[in-house]
Amino acid sequence: MKARAFDYMRPKCVQEALEAFVRADGDASYIAGGQSLVPALALRLQAPGLLIDIARLDELRGLSVAGGHLRIGATTRHCEILGSDLVREHAPLLARAAPFVAHPAIRNKGTFGGSLALADPASEFPAMALALDAIIEIASVEGSRRVGAGDFFIDLYETALQPGEIITAVYVPLASAKTRTAFDELARRRGDYAIVGAGIDAEMQGGFVERMRIAFLSVGSTPVRVGAVEAALTGRQLTPQAIRQAQDVLGTELDPVGDEHTPPEMRRHLARVLLGRLLGRLEANV
Amino acid sequence: MNAFAGSIDRPNSYIGRSVSRPNAKRLLEGRGRYVTDLVLPRMLHAAFVRSPYAHGKIVSIDIEEAKALSGVRAVFTGEDLASICAPWTGTLEHFTNMKSPPQVPLPLEKVMWSGQPVVLIIADSRAVAEDAAELVIVDIEELPALADPVDAMSAAAMSKELADNICFATKLDSGGVEEAFDAADTAVEQSFIFGRHTAVTLEPRAIVADYDPSENRLTAHHATQTPYQFQDVYSRHYGIPEANVRVIAPDIGGSFGMKLHVYHEEMAVVGASILLGRPIKYVADRMESFVSDIHARDHRVTGRLALDRDGRITAMDVDDVTAIGAFSSYPRTSAVEGNQVIRLMGAPYDFSSYRANLSVVFQNKVQTSQYRAVGHPIACAVTECLVDAAARELSLDPFEIRERNLIPDSSYPRTSPTGYQFEKLSHQVCLARLKSMMNYDALRVEQAGLREKGILRGIGIALFVEITNPSPAFYGVGGARISAQDGAILKLTPSGEVHCSISVTEQGQGTETIIGQIVADQLGIDREKVRVMTGDTDTTPHGGATWACRGAGIGGETALQAARKLKANLLAVAGLILQAQPGELDIRADWIVETVTGQQRISLAEVARVAFFRSDTLPPETQAQLSVVHHYAPQGYPFAFTNGAQSCLVEVDAETGFVKILKHWVVEDCGRIINPLLVDEQVRGGVVQGLGAAFFEECLYNEEGQLTNGSLADYLVPMACEMPDIEISHVETPTRDTELGAKGCGEAGTAAASAAAMNAVNDALVGHGAVLTQIPMTPTRILKALGTI
Ligand SMILES: Cc1cc2nc3c(=O)[nH]c(=O)nc-3n(C[C@H](O)[C@H](O)[C@H](O)COP(=O)(O)OP(=O)(O)OC[C@H]3O[C@@H](n4cnc5c(N)ncnc54)[C@H](O)[C@@H]3O)c2cc1C
Repeated sequence: MKARAFDYMRPKCVQEALEAFVRADGDASYIAGGQSLVPALALRLQAPGLLIDIARLDELRGLSVAGGHLRIGATTRHCEILGSDLVREHAPLLARAAPFVAHPAIRNKGTFGGSLALADPASEFPAMALALDAIIEIASVEGSRRVGAGDFFIDLYETALQPGEIITAVYVPLASAKTRTAFDELARRRGDYAIVGAGIDAEMQGGFVERMRIAFLSVGSTPVRVGAVEAALTGRQLTPQAIRQAQDVLGTELDPVGDEHTPPEMRRHLARVLLGRLLGRLEANV
Repeated sequence: MNAFAGSIDRPNSYIGRSVSRPNAKRLLEGRGRYVTDLVLPRMLHAAFVRSPYAHGKIVSIDIEEAKALSGVRAVFTGEDLASICAPWTGTLEHFTNMKSPPQVPLPLEKVMWSGQPVVLIIADSRAVAEDAAELVIVDIEELPALADPVDAMSAAAMSKELADNICFATKLDSGGVEEAFDAADTAVEQSFIFGRHTAVTLEPRAIVADYDPSENRLTAHHATQTPYQFQDVYSRHYGIPEANVRVIAPDIGGSFGMKLHVYHEEMAVVGASILLGRPIKYVADRMESFVSDIHARDHRVTGRLALDRDGRITAMDVDDVTAIGAFSSYPRTSAVEGNQVIRLMGAPYDFSSYRANLSVVFQNKVQTSQYRAVGHPIACAVTECLVDAAARELSLDPFEIRERNLIPDSSYPRTSPTGYQFEKLSHQVCLARLKSMMNYDALRVEQAGLREKGILRGIGIALFVEITNPSPAFYGVGGARISAQDGAILKLTPSGEVHCSISVTEQGQGTETIIGQIVADQLGIDREKVRVMTGDTDTTPHGGATWACRGAGIGGETALQAARKLKANLLAVAGLILQAQPGELDIRADWIVETVTGQQRISLAEVARVAFFRSDTLPPETQAQLSVVHHYAPQGYPFAFTNGAQSCLVEVDAETGFVKILKHWVVEDCGRIINPLLVDEQVRGGVVQGLGAAFFEECLYNEEGQLTNGSLADYLVPMACEMPDIEISHVETPTRDTELGAKGCGEAGTAAASAAAMNAVNDALVGHGAVLTQIPMTPTRILKALGTI
């Protein structure tokens, strides 16, 4: 389990990183926290000739509020998300999900941008970016562009990122007084990738759902929004009957895959249970 | 015998005391020296190309490109090593008609499991060796894989040397079983599946083989629990005189039985070092460990119990089919686990009619063999689950049915229906202790209350018997060159300290700590003044080392007797110096004292100084014996059996199938306890491995015989967050076969934890129509049993 030989560089700015990638003719990879890339190198699942280390670029750092959004710099580490008052206040769903991401040692290195770029369907943050309708800011040698989370996750480990592009920041709409969130996941062991997980970001008024976004992780090749379930609940109160109906809709909407531990029907069943539990406590916002 | 009577208050009374490990600080500071840390001049590195198929015929191997890569020093295939290494066969003579195909380091014609090493690459670094491995082209014609053990039993033989795929089959029958079942008022029957799991030691397997052709001398720095066994193996299979083979086992990061078997990789690396005359390092990486370390368990058992109207067991009948991979492991074989399964069934209980059928079967998977608690968890789970099933049938409380059936403490010595001789066990005391310790009645009340709120809690109990302190009846009688005796050398230093080198070994469990305690205790000196050294065949006497729970019982007795011998020698010298009768002197707190008054006469350091440097002042003819060598082989009972009782409390989420393990209790009796802290650690670690088997750990294979979860992301090792508090209590029934009275404790936790967990889950699910008889009890299996999915 030793990586193939590679070159390493630490550029001084995003522009230099982008140009280095172009010069390497595609035989390069950005490295941020390295928590997913380094194992892949060791297992020789990937073997780029050049690693471009973007972990220390100032342009990619920081958490700040601007223009109705929370800006999360791409190299914000998972532990920073977990410990941030700004996140707790303005993106409470992320704060709820953060403790479920891996273990402390990994959270100390792994980055928000890295998690989204990798787009592991079992990861918490990509699914939450979807539930939060986040906007992803992307830089390339041609300039900068923005992509909504709904258009970003395309297939298994496939995103809207073109080769050589860098996620620079992610913008999350700010929570309001009406915001209600819930997150949970079912994992065999604390810190493992979950068998199934889900986050809900909703606005509720007087017991009625005004808007709701629900995203699941570990149920498909990408993080999955369940629009039909959201539609079934919008404008309604979260009565036991409404929740049961939502669970039934979910049963028809999800088409999960199995793995060596978990057959598809188990995933579907657990997703239903999880949805019921999350909706049951959403209004209380606990 | 048991003349030993340690009073805890006298100075240097270390036996029975919780003292910390002298080596803990060094290891915590990162100053451990593991095989991986070793760098030798001119050292090369090994990597293997492995079979991607579970079964196949080798058509061709193209190594040219790999050989040409810069930094590659050699590439070896089957023939290269087979020509210098005598094949090995994993059979024991006392397992009648046992068979196994012969093994060579790298295969010559066929691959027998997915992950089998096929080509060995030697290069300047491991990374370059792995680069070269990618360039080797192995053309294998895939053959149908025998993955399922039951299919393998009737399928055509997969090894050309054998007529079928049965490695070993045996029956036990005490008679009267059919009659007992005919006459039974109640009979219960269940079929069980015990998944494969593996050791997952923190430190993987590792070796640096260093052959010096100028002296025909091999030094193997080897992460193993049994250096003497490997000295013998390397000597005989590579034709090097035994005295020229030195095996050094430095710091070892866990073993659990896994590091005492002969592996193809280590044998190949030794061969490569001989061929190249250079030191070669091989460290298994985690992916390799999963496909090449021995696995354990993999049993399918059907068991039946017959009971009379009072809930007394009258007979037991079991059938065990166990699959062991393509070869029986060497030199301990892969039949020992099955043999212990059928012999430990029903062990705590008082009945006489027993019948068992064992089939040990080959299949195209990596070998299974001895791993912590060999056979015990299976025998225990089958027995204890059947006892609980009978209790449910008869509406008896699980404690009640056990109290009615266990062998009374007053009735020893006893022989079990399977032929084991029990010197003295303490089931009644242990069971009663367990019940009060866990506050059983209150737990049942709480359980009933929660059940009304829809919360499913379950309480499971399991009694166990553990085999420890094995005599030559274990391996020696079967022709294996595995010692049941141990040896120790005690040397006095001129400053009055004591150096002990002993043949039992340390893998993290604290062997060196307890040996130091015993030596200091028996000599009457400060523990800090005893230095213990293990794991080097050149500097320690030949012995059995560490396996099957023998370090404390046999190694400890060796140390005790050696220390008494040295003490007698030291008192003799002191008597000459003091012109006193040695019989009236004693050693306490590093001083020679008058036994009766305790008055200090002369320090041990002074005795040493005189004996080493001023022998001219001693009477003529005096030859002070300041070092002793002592060997001890167990005598009396062939094994020292121990016993205990465990309980597990769980909460089952019937909607998700997830189980929360809330608490675990253990009462165990390992005879004389040398260090309660270390015994508790052994028990806790053992319980965690048992709970791992019960809920998490399983090597999953597909129908093609491919391991599908061979990484730490997918193979679930139990972690601290999922583990409960484990409360432990001790009962001490020393064996009278030794002065020390110690028995083993290393496997006690593992022996019964999974059984208690199974009973707990099934207790929680009472009334839900689900009974789990397969481990691990995964959420999926629980929901399937409940009919939810
Ligand atoms: C034992 C273990 C357990 C884990 N458990 C979880 C878990 O439960 N949940 C979870 O979500 N994650 C888990 N992870 C993954 C972890 O969160 C990773 O850190 C994260 O997914 C990737 O972030 P990174 O910064 O480490 O990315 P890296 O490993 O550095 O990079 C990953 C990929 O993203 C690319 N990349 C990184 N940053 C950018 C960027 N700004 N722009 C464009 N491309 C970029 C890299 O080129 C690379 O291809 C676990 C990891 C480990 C080792």
